Amino acid sequence: MSAERAAPVDRARRAGPRPPVKATLTPRERYLPASISIVSTVVVFGVLWRVVTSAENWPLIERQFFNVEAMRASFPEVLRGFALNMRIWVVALVLIAIFGVIIAIFRSLTGPWAAPLRVFAIVYIDLLRGMPSILLVLLFGLGIPALNLPGVTSSNTFWGSVALVLGYSAYTSEVYRSGIEAVPDGQRAAAKALGLTQWQTLRYSILPQAVRNVIPALLNLAVALQKDVALLSVIGVREAVRNAQIFTARTFNFSSYMVATVLFLLATIPMARFTDWVTKRDQERRLQRTL
Amino acid sequence: MSAPETPPPPAPRVSIEDLTKYYGQTLVLDEVYLDVHEHEVVCLIGASGSGKSTLLRCINQLVPYDYGTIRLDGVPVDDPSFGKTGLRKRIGIVFQAYNLFPHMNVLQNVTLAPRKVHGVGRAEAEDNARRLLGLLEMANFADKYPEQLSGGQQQRVAIVRALATDPDVLLLDEVTAALDPELIGGVLDVIRDLKDQGMTMAIVTHEMGFAKDVADRVCFLEDGRIIEEGLPEQLLVDPQEPQTRRFLQRIIDAGRL
Repeated sequence: MSAERAAPVDRARRAGPRPPVKATLTPRERYLPASISIVSTVVVFGVLWRVVTSAENWPLIERQFFNVEAMRASFPEVLRGFALNMRIWVVALVLIAIFGVIIAIFRSLTGPWAAPLRVFAIVYIDLLRGMPSILLVLLFGLGIPALNLPGVTSSNTFWGSVALVLGYSAYTSEVYRSGIEAVPDGQRAAAKALGLTQWQTLRYSILPQAVRNVIPALLNLAVALQKDVALLSVIGVREAVRNAQIFTARTFNFSSYMVATVLFLLATIPMARFTDWVTKRDQERRLQRTL
Repeated sequence: MSAPETPPPPAPRVSIEDLTKYYGQTLVLDEVYLDVHEHEVVCLIGASGSGKSTLLRCINQLVPYDYGTIRLDGVPVDDPSFGKTGLRKRIGIVFQAYNLFPHMNVLQNVTLAPRKVHGVGRAEAEDNARRLLGLLEMANFADKYPEQLSGGQQQRVAIVRALATDPDVLLLDEVTAALDPELIGGVLDVIRDLKDQGMTMAIVTHEMGFAKDVADRVCFLEDGRIIEEGLPEQLLVDPQEPQTRRFLQRIIDAGRL
């Protein structure tokens, strides 16, 4: 092989550099690393499993957390609750995406006439981002219905969701703002030089690029929100965790919580993987642009 | 300093008087006086940091200045009669880094200002854009995105974008400085064509050969002042001021003239 590589090359006839010769792997070279990975992983987890399940208290744990009977019994209610989680999540996502942009726009406006909007945005973000989500949920979800305002719904599901939307909008607007600030100054100069107004510059040049910049960060917030909808359980909204709790209170068995856990994981893990994929694609896109 | 050979028309298109600008405590433009007449091409040369790009950006109000007056056809550029964007409709600018909108294709880049600022209909704006792209041999790239184009192609699109609003004056800010050497010629040819069509231009450039070739007048700036101003064949070949001579000597030493 080396003799062949060393042979003089007829440069005139050569179409390009010779492609590198791919070494042929022996079956041993090809399959051994993968086999080692699989076997060692199985052994480690198998031993771990044995140690855990052979513990003295394991039967008790199994009965309390992994009781198949209890899981089956609680599943319909927990699932029904989880459907409510997903509905609240989707509606809140849409509202947060819109409301967050509006706050971010307020915050990035310049000029003396925009001062009230700017101040509003800053105060809003400081307050809502500084408060624990659960406090917001309690204030809105229990507080507002307790006022019994005429013509205003006293649904705790509604007001609890409002609390989530308001809180997450503050985070989201900051994410948008970082995206706005990451757009190169030249873009603003170009739009201005073409005669676009401040609003048109935002609308046609800055925002589309800003949103693209922050999609991975926004998806991360979406995953976090998926879990935070469970906070509504504290104000009695019959979502997955609340329904699991009700079952536990009745039976003194925690298996219903495991049902809720599995349902949440089924939703959040694919979402997190999707976020990773988008982030990676986004990084590759940026890398390509700088080349 | 000597006057141009042909007597200029009475009223300049752009007239700059006593322009002074500070960045913080740093004086970047120091009492600059400059006129650009109809169909005239003025090249601004000078070392980096001499204030030439800032001067250009002051003309269409992209950066604020501290003292002085800039007039377009006799009207101060900060006059309320221009409205918020009226001035930019009449003065186009092309940047060193192209600054095309990366999320829009070529046609969208070019038609954005005509449609959204000037209220031209979509069909008309696109026809005009395609015609201009055709003139710059970019007709086949109308549907491409900036990242799919070479630097030279992007800069041609940026020129078309500036021309699409039919400006009275075109400002070119080191438009070839970011280009690979083999792409510079094509862009310079485009600017020569614009000159032949009578476009009024103020050009900041490091390409001395090009300045000699295309300029009606060359201004040499140093430390925010116009040190010397004259016909290109005179200023670039036989400069009168010692600073100009030093600058040109450095360019010659670098093999760039």
